[in-house]
Amino acid sequence: MEDEEMEIAFRLNGQAVRRRVPARLHAVDMLREIFGLSGPRVACEHGVCGACTLRVDNEIVRGCLLLAPQLEDADVWTIEGLTATGEIADLQAEFHARNAMQCGWCTAGMLITAAEILDVPAPMDRQAIREQLSGNYCRCTGYQAIVDAVEATQAKRLMARPSS
Amino acid sequence: MNKITPQTSPEAPMIGASVARPNGRRLLEGRGRYVDDIALARMAHVAFLRSPHAHARILAIHASAARTMPGVIDIVTGRDLADAVQPFAGLLVHFKGMKSAMQHCIAIDRVAWQGEPVVAIIAETRRQAEDAAARIDVEYDPLPAVSSLDVAERGEIRAQPELDDNICFTREVEGGDWDKAAAEADVFLERHFRFPRHTGVCPEGRSIIGDWNPSDRRLTVYISHQAPHMIQDCYARLLGIAESDVRVVCPDVGGSYGIKTHVYGDELATCALSMRIGRPVKFVADRLESFLSDIHNRDHAVTARLALKRDGTILSLGHEGTQAIGPYSVYPRTSVVEGNQIANICGQWYRLQAYRAKVRALFTNLVPYSNYRAVGHPVAVGVTEALVDAAAREIGMDPAEIRRKNLLRDEDFPLQTPSGMKFEGMSHHACLDKVLSMMDYEKLRADQVEARKRGIYRGIGLASMIEITNPSAMFYGVGGARISAQDGCTVRLEPQGGIMVLHGCGEQGQGTETIFAQIVADAVGVPMGAVRLVTGDTDATPYGGGTWASRGAGVGGEAAWQAGRALRKSILDLAATIHQRDAASLDIRRGLVVDAESGQEITSLSEVGRIAYFRPDTLGGMRPELSVTRHYLPTQYAFAFTNGILACHLEADPETGFIKLLKFWAVEDCGKVLNPLLVEEQLRGAIVQGIGPTLF
Repeated sequence: MEDEEMEIAFRLNGQAVRRRVPARLHAVDMLREIFGLSGPRVACEHGVCGACTLRVDNEIVRGCLLLAPQLEDADVWTIEGLTATGEIADLQAEFHARNAMQCGWCTAGMLITAAEILDVPAPMDRQAIREQLSGNYCRCTGYQAIVDAVEATQAKRLMARPSS
Repeated sequence: MNKITPQTSPEAPMIGASVARPNGRRLLEGRGRYVDDIALARMAHVAFLRSPHAHARILAIHASAARTMPGVIDIVTGRDLADAVQPFAGLLVHFKGMKSAMQHCIAIDRVAWQGEPVVAIIAETRRQAEDAAARIDVEYDPLPAVSSLDVAERGEIRAQPELDDNICFTREVEGGDWDKAAAEADVFLERHFRFPRHTGVCPEGRSIIGDWNPSDRRLTVYISHQAPHMIQDCYARLLGIAESDVRVVCPDVGGSYGIKTHVYGDELATCALSMRIGRPVKFVADRLESFLSDIHNRDHAVTARLALKRDGTILSLGHEGTQAIGPYSVYPRTSVVEGNQIANICGQWYRLQAYRAKVRALFTNLVPYSNYRAVGHPVAVGVTEALVDAAAREIGMDPAEIRRKNLLRDEDFPLQTPSGMKFEGMSHHACLDKVLSMMDYEKLRADQVEARKRGIYRGIGLASMIEITNPSAMFYGVGGARISAQDGCTVRLEPQGGIMVLHGCGEQGQGTETIFAQIVADAVGVPMGAVRLVTGDTDATPYGGGTWASRGAGVGGEAAWQAGRALRKSILDLAATIHQRDAASLDIRRGLVVDAESGQEITSLSEVGRIAYFRPDTLGGMRPELSVTRHYLPTQYAFAFTNGILACHLEADPETGFIKLLKFWAVEDCGKVLNPLLVEEQLRGAIVQGIGPTLF
């Protein structure tokens, strides 16, 4: 039984890419093994922990629940790309200042989910932030500093918004 | 939201400042490098076929169909590795009478737990290895299994047929005058406790690459682990090669919590397989096999007794506990440290007149069992504090008052407890007062009464505790385990004035490297940005024990301080020679050599470095030593005990039993706080990791 391969084309962190990949390869494994990315991580492999979280066509998705060919034509962003554009530099700085990461395994997925929280028009309270982050597991921090970092970034962005 | 007070002034000392972790940036930007991110040329992958039975004889392994599957390089059984890898078991000679069967890295003839590796399949990719594993047929003859603590206790079934019984280890401790305490007591309480199994559930599964280079006859091990030198020693001896033929590298580690301080058969086998095929081999435990093969902990049944006077004076505490370990005593730290620590510390923070403990570890055919975060402490504290609360209820005394009456007092120290532990000094009453004021205890009690009238059930819990930290060689070394209690640090001046620190204690996210950089910055007198860290590489760092038992800051930090101070002295001696000054009149501040009195700049570290490395001929025979190493070992006390108190406020729904945690407070006497930001995050994380198994 040789792996059946498919050719897929999509945008990865803003760049058009095209590869032949095994049809059964998970999206996160493709990003890690074929594209050499280390931001998306594998921890539970069944969609529970959020370490493999990606932004695909402006939605957050689990890289371990998608097969690589499902990314055909998609616009895919990982923490590497979001770091390069500077889109979440304020969020990353807040995580850093508050030590909202210890071992770092969950951090990329946590940031991508948090970026979506910051993207919604109305600010979220702590409870809503916690619920939004509940699909991203962290074993080290106890979450308090993570919620703090998201809340603080949200407050700073609101302050910076031009008043209407 | 928590207030943070970042360190702002470059003039202020680094020690004690809330410095953000310099190595945190890469984790935030997707640039962490964990074992699974390392891909070596010609690297093969191994998958393990694991036992579906808790206990069974292996009758036959049929692997011929699998051998012809795409990408398969080799299929290896335990018997195939019998000559290449020594069997192992964790036995410490100071734990008298303990026994264990010997464990093989891959099972030979018999499996003793569900999840034990039976066949290793090496292939070009992990997917191909798993495909081939699915085509292997193993014939088993299931044997009766010791499936629980109760079954182990009954003893009709043995977890290891070669042993006479299921008892791994028994220890009894007695101190003080038990009969006298009993004679004085008015109230006797007895309670039964059951603590289920816990495990660490590291986000990053156990991960290893064994890279045997036959040309150099050298094994490089990339492993997600807390104790690189321990792995070097254990692997060298078990694989029959010299210690210097093994290099262990621990890159970023994605959670460890004590789970990654042990020798695991599948990891060891991965190195043996690399030696067998002459190529690097990677093994990464997936989530399902992590649950079946990462060590478990706890699993105790405890009966405990407390005797006290009617006025609330606690007189004696006694307990008998049994722990259900796995089928082998885990190598090399054993499976009995948890029970041993319970015997050592249970109740010892109260003014006991008498103490009795009996702990037993019984073999089962459950997942192997060894040290996980807070080894023994949750059981010792849980039992003690539940008894103290029961006593308070029995005599109608407030739970805070009974603690105030019985906690060790400042004037009691130093002391030797009835269990034989030596305590240097503690601050139980200051901690108690502090937590009561933080939580506004009186107000919470009033609220509790008022809420109850409305049918709302709110609970207020207090737990005083002590904690074993910074163990001396009395922990493992005395028992013959080659796990270092000392740790070493090299600090060197680089030619351009930077400071390189090489340390035996590594980083698993706690901020170890950050505090070492803070310490060395202050010790030498340079900005923290001038300090670079190297950890987690046995080729590079001084010999040390690594990171476990809360030893990184206390043992590793002291080594870093002493090395930094020694380098400072070398630099000052050299600058004094260059400028024909008395070294005592010089100081190093912010990376500059200055006049100690006026603060006036005399020279820079880069100029000192230039002369030392490129023009030492001008120094008139002085040979400066700008690479200094210091090792530190705690010797005065077996352990540096710390203390603290935890409090929680929760609401229980009497109809559903659902519990809502309202608030949690912690006061811990940390001694000198090196970095408040990191300490607070460690405490929060630890508390939440404790809430998990307590409430869910």
